[in-house]
Amino acid sequence: MELIELKDIRKTYYMGDIEAPVLKGITLSIKKGEFVALMGASGSGKSTLMNILGCLDHATSGEYWFEGREISHLSADQRAFLRNHKIGFVFQNFNLLPRTTALENVVMPLSYTREVLSDHDAQRRAVELLKKVGLGDRLNYEPFKLSGGQQQRVAIARALINNPSIVFADEPTGNLDSKTSEEVLRMLQQLNSEQGISIIVVTHDPSVARYAQRLIRIHDGLIVDGQSETSDPMPGGSQ
Amino acid sequence: MRLFRLVRILRTALRAIRRNPMRTTLTMLGIIIGVGAVIAMMEIGSGSSNAIKDTIARMGANTILILPGAATSSGIGFGAGSSLTLTPQDCDAIIRECPAVLSAAPIVRARGQVVYQDRNWIPMNIYGTTADYLKVQGWTDLAEGEVFTDRDVRNAARVCLLGQTIVRELFQNQSPVGKEIRVLNVSFKVLGVLSAKGANMVGMDQDDIVLAPWTTIKFRVGNSSSTETASSSSSSSSSSTSQLYPGSQAGLYPVPSDTQAMDNPQPVRFTNVDRIMVAARSSSDIPLAITQITDLLRERHRIRDPKNDDFNIRNMTEMRNALSSTTMMMTNLLLAVACISLIVGGVGIMNIMLVSVTERTREIGLRMAIGARAKDILRQFLIEAVVLCLAGGIIGILVGCGGSWLITYFKHWPTETSVAAIVASVVVSAGVGIIFGYYPAWKASRLDPIEALRYE
Repeated sequence: MELIELKDIRKTYYMGDIEAPVLKGITLSIKKGEFVALMGASGSGKSTLMNILGCLDHATSGEYWFEGREISHLSADQRAFLRNHKIGFVFQNFNLLPRTTALENVVMPLSYTREVLSDHDAQRRAVELLKKVGLGDRLNYEPFKLSGGQQQRVAIARALINNPSIVFADEPTGNLDSKTSEEVLRMLQQLNSEQGISIIVVTHDPSVARYAQRLIRIHDGLIVDGQSETSDPMPGGSQ
Repeated sequence: MRLFRLVRILRTALRAIRRNPMRTTLTMLGIIIGVGAVIAMMEIGSGSSNAIKDTIARMGANTILILPGAATSSGIGFGAGSSLTLTPQDCDAIIRECPAVLSAAPIVRARGQVVYQDRNWIPMNIYGTTADYLKVQGWTDLAEGEVFTDRDVRNAARVCLLGQTIVRELFQNQSPVGKEIRVLNVSFKVLGVLSAKGANMVGMDQDDIVLAPWTTIKFRVGNSSSTETASSSSSSSSSSTSQLYPGSQAGLYPVPSDTQAMDNPQPVRFTNVDRIMVAARSSSDIPLAITQITDLLRERHRIRDPKNDDFNIRNMTEMRNALSSTTMMMTNLLLAVACISLIVGGVGIMNIMLVSVTERTREIGLRMAIGARAKDILRQFLIEAVVLCLAGGIIGILVGCGGSWLITYFKHWPTETSVAAIVASVVVSAGVGIIFGYYPAWKASRLDPIEALRYE
């Protein structure tokens, strides 16, 4: 089943009278349970595409089907709801709340969930996720006491708290050394293979992209490669 | 579930506030000082305004004067207070039956010479009354000695209290307590000296006074003024020896006309008093007290038609107005000061919240990316501001109460805990939080998540 389908997505920024087209007609489909790497040089439009895919922004024109629903015309509140329930985000700079324990950081998205979990259930779920990312012994550590890799793992746990269908990772290893990068990427891979969560990693680093099952290259607002997953030269996402 | 959510939002707010304790403290300081100042001001203010009220009440603003009605005889009016209709029993009944009345005292007036050894003086007032007179006048603190008792009144004891002026004139400021003076040739023992009171509102010396039990003045002192006319005729003669013999008393009971007697059939009274002085419980109770007294006296005097009232009731309206305008002005002044300091505190809150929004742009972006709607962000920052203000307000109340307590303790200013001010401060500080927290919160909620996330 197609999780995401884009049809001729265009995004144009207007600065006064000057038009700056960033995405020039992207057509793309991503299946449930895929691990996709979105690659491109800076300025290629990959961040814009990710923002649109992650429902942070909407396209100027085109159709966006998410789990069989056309969502390009949703209101800001509806998109927020979708982000909360279906989408997880992992950022380059972790974006954990300072002076807030790992546990509280992971629980945080639940405060914007419509169906309220009891405190007890929320805590239990967060502890479970932190254990899964290997931080069961760091529950009450504040971010500044954690290493970069640990912080990113807290962020992954936070992205998973609402059982999303898809996780977007925007340069997840950009601030990490190669060893911890590998840990984080393996963890994403593991989530993908064990729980069937779709993962899209945005990166400019080919060594990161190698972990994905499928590579989408974007250049100057257009997809230049990886349109069809069957033509993926690296099935199985192995090195 | 709703409550649950609220608790969670509150906890988020508290956590955010706790994240920067130094700034939180400084922000709250504005509100703390504002509310503390308001509370201290209100407490000290209402204490002193009550003290002012007391002072003005002591000047006689709460007193009501009951005079007997005017007598007419053969078409000749004798003026206010000339008929003999008020009795000491009326006074007792007023004390007993009018709830708005604090106390009441009958007054019998006399005029004449007082003598001590080789000095003499004619006091402005010689009043026969009861000990309650001092309570009515708010004059209970004596300079020395003690007040005569109810038993002295019953026994018509020859005892008296002197005002400061008399002490100065007769005793040259030596202690008169225990000495004998002669008032209109009747000897009185001085029991005590009144404290100095000075002039009254129209400039009459209130210390130029002799107080004695009314029975003594009525029955033992010759020329007790049974009517105004009698009193004025006696005052014209400065020699008291001419008043030695009871035969020279003026006719006590001017006979009411036949029609008057038919209209108001009255039991025979054996004694009358010249006037009754009443103190209301507070200045606002005066109109009520007047109604109650009027009803009571009409009933006691068996008067159906208000036209036939045989008494007049006077009160100090002008003084009462002065009093209420003084307190009004005081309250308004304090309110103005209170408002200014709270607004200053509120601007401080707004300033800090704006800084906080800028500083936490990334956090806002993250929260939005994670699924917070604009109104969630708005609510979060608004609640943070309100929590800050409320916490500041509560600490401010404690500081204010503590401050006014310290002032009472060290400087002995009168203060009074004002529950209204405390409630108002809590409400106002929450209000300040909402008003001054709204703009920063709105600004936060309008951020674009993509830009906010990228903000450095």
